[in-house]
Amino acid sequence: MQKYSFNILIAFAAVVLLVLAQYRILDNYIQAVIMFGGINIMMSTSLNLVNGNMGEFTCGHAAFMCVGAYVASILSVVCFGSKFGDPLFPAAASYFVFPIIILIGGFMAALSSILVALPSFKTRDDYLAIITIAVNYMVISGIENMDWIGGSRGFQGMKDTVWAMVDSTPSWLAGDNDFPWVLLYVILFTIFDIWVIRRFITSTYGKGVDAVCQDETAAEIMSVNTNKIKTVNFMISAGLAGCAGGLFAHVIGYVNPQSFNILKSTEAMVMVYLGGMGSLSGAVISAVVFTFLLEILRSQALIDFLMAPATFVFPDWEPSAGVIKWVMIPLLLVLIMQFRPEGIMGNKELSDVFPKLKKYYTFK
Amino acid sequence: MDFIIQNIINALQWGSFYALIALGYTLVYGVLRLINFAHGDIFMVGAYIAFFVAGFMLGPALGLSPMVTFLLAVPLTMFLTACVGVTLERVAYRPLRRKGAHRLYVVITALMCGLILEYSNLAVLGASRLKFPELVHKTIWDIGGVTVTNLKVIVIFAAIAVFVILNFIVTKTKIGMAMRGISYDKFAIPLMGIPIDQIIVFTFILGSGFAGLAGLLFAMSYPVLEPFMGMLIGWKAFIAAVVGGIGDIRGAFYGGFLLGFIEVGVVTVFPSTYRDLFAFTILLIILWMKPTGLFGMPQSTKI
Repeated sequence: MQKYSFNILIAFAAVVLLVLAQYRILDNYIQAVIMFGGINIMMSTSLNLVNGNMGEFTCGHAAFMCVGAYVASILSVVCFGSKFGDPLFPAAASYFVFPIIILIGGFMAALSSILVALPSFKTRDDYLAIITIAVNYMVISGIENMDWIGGSRGFQGMKDTVWAMVDSTPSWLAGDNDFPWVLLYVILFTIFDIWVIRRFITSTYGKGVDAVCQDETAAEIMSVNTNKIKTVNFMISAGLAGCAGGLFAHVIGYVNPQSFNILKSTEAMVMVYLGGMGSLSGAVISAVVFTFLLEILRSQALIDFLMAPATFVFPDWEPSAGVIKWVMIPLLLVLIMQFRPEGIMGNKELSDVFPKLKKYYTFK
Repeated sequence: MDFIIQNIINALQWGSFYALIALGYTLVYGVLRLINFAHGDIFMVGAYIAFFVAGFMLGPALGLSPMVTFLLAVPLTMFLTACVGVTLERVAYRPLRRKGAHRLYVVITALMCGLILEYSNLAVLGASRLKFPELVHKTIWDIGGVTVTNLKVIVIFAAIAVFVILNFIVTKTKIGMAMRGISYDKFAIPLMGIPIDQIIVFTFILGSGFAGLAGLLFAMSYPVLEPFMGMLIGWKAFIAAVVGGIGDIRGAFYGGFLLGFIEVGVVTVFPSTYRDLFAFTILLIILWMKPTGLFGMPQSTKI
């Protein structure tokens, strides 16, 4: 029982979410927030592999998300859309082709991360940071110059796949409402992402990542193939970010190169450092908290309430929630950094903070 | 031939801005080993401060002539922007340094401070772009088909002058020696009786002051101000500093001009949308060849 308790809990939570979404107890907005939460979890945990576990400093993570999003979108349109000619597959095949599309997007993102992994053999932290920023700009700029996928105008048509899945849903499953397929796949991919990272980090092979973080020279002497470890780690991290990008594109139904700029990378970095470097549960918790915060601060009423003293002094100043939100969140982060510089969890996992939890589950 | 010389002058002007901002990055990095990501936004704040200073001086309260305003706005803008930079250091970076937090947490704090500056500016002043008043009357000299404006000459000379001043401060004065000492060994320096915090504040004053100067000159050359003007140019200036070899003043100077030349060169040959792509690809290749930048010292690790 102890061995399976965690999995059962996760499966139960997923089923509850899906049922609630199916019967429209959670409306579309809350579903979208949950999906963005899942995507943010994927982004923060995958970046945590490089920034936390390996101790390198990457600040261009959105580039891989961009590659994944575009590759998945193009494949999606080719397979089920009508933009590039007739659909390749019938609509009924969309259930098992869709995850494959997302995975191919992740794979292409992993291949593109070799651009970063190769220079990382020789360069140290700050220089690597620069290389990743440069790669981020290069990817965005490169896609903006491709006119056949819309360039800087963006690219749409991925929703055809989602509608194909919805249309060919068997009637016993759908009932009156549309079945939330994208939510299902976001949950599945989030679980897959955490599973991959956990298995990789705790494996004997993955201990090499920790060794590289602690002391690269010593690791090299102790017969850890540091170049290979770095490459594998970058590729896993970028691949998962690519999957997140593909899901992101299918949730929104429109991608634009500028939505993957440095700000997006900054968001991912913020989540990692808010959760604590090298802590998987910290990354998950901070991604959930961050998504929640973003949505809470969207409400104009709350912002008006918070800004009441200022508007009392300057009556003709009207703060808009979308702008004040981005003042509040960094301010909150700066304060968190002042009072708890190691982030929410520090370098610990949940089971280290609450040792009694170990009695109830094992998480491998 | 005229065409080439014209583009060289444009590249010099464009590179001057990069060099001015990159110098600030390099100073702070060299002393603190901290990438001050808020520096691009300090440049933006400097441009806005220059706007308000110039508006106040030209306005009905004082009513000075534009030329006098320019001469007075330079020191005032530099001083006020330096105050902003020092405030950042006091409020955000110093407590973290005292606690001995991990370097990367300081970097994240710097990023967040930059975002706060951008969006608070957007919240207070609104999204409408501001038009910078004309301070220096534009005179255009035509030398054999090459047009040179007096603004371009001012900008290029300002960059060179700042470089010379900084080089003098760092290599010839006592305070510069203290700076170099801190970057060499942070733990032995306080034992020698050097006030480490004062030196760091002085570094921030220098870096932010020159960012303010860059903001003023940029606003005069391209007189449209918006809250996000510092973002792209800040990141690019940082990249220029790294390509030159971060922590090295010569490196920042040459790196800035190199990036300016690359960008202007790409725009003259290819469509302008390819600017970022080519510039960053070339920079990647340079870093590939020389992993610690053009002037950076190769780091050796003791085993």
